[in-house]
Amino acid sequence: MENNAPVLEVINLHTYYGNIHALKGITLSVHKGEIVTLIGANGAGKTTTLKTICGLLKPRLGEVYHEGRMINVLKAHEIVSLGISMVPEGRGIFSRLTVLENLDLGAYIRTDRVAINEDLDRVFSLFPRLKERQKQVAGTLSGGEQQMLAIGRALMARPQILLMDEPSMGLAPILVESIFETIKTINQEGVTVLLVEQNALMALSIANRGYVLQTGQIVLQDTAANLQINEMVQKAYLGME
Amino acid sequence: MAEIALTTRRKTRISGFRIVQIIVALLTIAFITWRFVGVLQSGIYGTDTWLRFIISGVIIGGVYSMIAIGYTLVYGILFMINFAHGEVMMLGAFSGYFVLEALRSWIVDPVNEVTFLNAYPIPAILLTFLVGMLTSMIIGVMLERIAYRPLRGAPRLVPLISAIGASIFFQNLAQLLFGPVRRIYANPTILDRANGIRLIVNEKTVVIQYTGIFTVIVSILMLVGLYLLVQRTRLGRAMRAVAQDKPTASLMGIDVDGVISRTFMISGILAGAAGVLWGIHNGIIYHYVGFIPGIKAFTAAVLGGIGNIPGAMLGGYFLGIVENLGPAILGIDFQLKDVIAFSILVLVLIFRPTGILGEVLSEEKV
Repeated sequence: MENNAPVLEVINLHTYYGNIHALKGITLSVHKGEIVTLIGANGAGKTTTLKTICGLLKPRLGEVYHEGRMINVLKAHEIVSLGISMVPEGRGIFSRLTVLENLDLGAYIRTDRVAINEDLDRVFSLFPRLKERQKQVAGTLSGGEQQMLAIGRALMARPQILLMDEPSMGLAPILVESIFETIKTINQEGVTVLLVEQNALMALSIANRGYVLQTGQIVLQDTAANLQINEMVQKAYLGME
Repeated sequence: MAEIALTTRRKTRISGFRIVQIIVALLTIAFITWRFVGVLQSGIYGTDTWLRFIISGVIIGGVYSMIAIGYTLVYGILFMINFAHGEVMMLGAFSGYFVLEALRSWIVDPVNEVTFLNAYPIPAILLTFLVGMLTSMIIGVMLERIAYRPLRGAPRLVPLISAIGASIFFQNLAQLLFGPVRRIYANPTILDRANGIRLIVNEKTVVIQYTGIFTVIVSILMLVGLYLLVQRTRLGRAMRAVAQDKPTASLMGIDVDGVISRTFMISGILAGAAGVLWGIHNGIIYHYVGFIPGIKAFTAAVLGGIGNIPGAMLGGYFLGIVENLGPAILGIDFQLKDVIAFSILVLVLIFRPTGILGEVLSEEKV
């Protein structure tokens, strides 16, 4: 896997919020078929990294490459059509639209109606709850259902790479497990995943590799298995003494 | 302890304001009832007159609601009041005027001196609307591109000032180009402003002008069309997504700037049609003709709940009827109908800032 050219490559990324230097030179790579996770405390720059990759934020320095093509100069909606979809933090669903309208918006860039309907069925088979509630206004869904909707909506774009920002946030432990099971399933179907998580334990249990972020810098990178037994990671993020 | 004291104080302040609100509301209702009973007892207006007020109210309401949609669409997406919208309508009215003038002077049958306008009235009217809507559409899109887009991300007062500036600019531009004269819309004979359906009410004739019927029909058709566009089409879905959350909309692959541009296009088209209808029904246009209807339509949009599309439609018709009935109900001079419209604006803003249909505004929107 390592000797292939990465499908997504981030080189020396510096992103600012006004004068605040949020990312101080992030370099990472994601290969086809992998699940890669970014772990770190609040404010470490995990979300900022994802937002910079998907084009919502522009880096002041550094580049993002998708299959060798520089994409940090593109707008967010152009990046989506390259096959990079994001599940935003806090779900970011359109609460006043129905479940079905949300899913249709996920497929906004596509025009192949037949394939869209196939993907709709696939999302409904992944998340049967969404099928029951397809006519319902999304704002009335429970937190877990909203998260399912956000993931389902991202899948509707038939992405090659899925960027996920804190999919476990605010969910009951049993739901967290099923969401992570789903992420694994999606990955096995061929979608590359870059996963940002505070729940480092869960993230490392399904990831191939991981990066540890601290105050805008990568302090550690290794395979998920090695990170799980790393002393520093255990202390800081896995709550082990 | 300090916190408890603080919340208690805040609570009493809110309920104090609430009491004032209720008192003012009761006084207003009592005053209106008192005046209305007086007017009814004096019997100065017969049934026929009341009917006339309602008819003219419905007609003007149709125009207001079409303009109000433009305010509400733009507000829903950009959270700004496009105060130049009335001028977009005015420019549409002018371009329609020039089309009608050209068709009126184009004689297709020299022997009987029949003009194109009267020989082919339906294509003539269609062409007038087309040109009016196209002009307003282009003006609307340019307005957004030049006066609002560069200010995206600026504090919210800034585009508002820019909008007022654009409004004054367009008024003066029209005065410069077309002169300060009042011009009369040349209708084809089938839409003669003097003709209409005649009803006998109370042994008196009440005329419903054909232009008025035409205005209401066009208005309702366009409003239904717009509603279907917003609810059923891909563009409509994108518009609603952009209205709710721009960053997430762009993550769906929606070109947010493109959608904003199209929103101005649609509101321009509606304003252009409203301008032509205004000319056809009222007959007179000049460079200032967009200003008062613009502000009235803004009132209608606020009344219906700004950002709410059915609300703007309802608010437009409601305002049209109330401002025509109002002076009669209160027994005051008809010159004061603008006072009634704007009093409604003030009262709505005090008592129910979210409007009739009361969309709950998120913090971000307020």
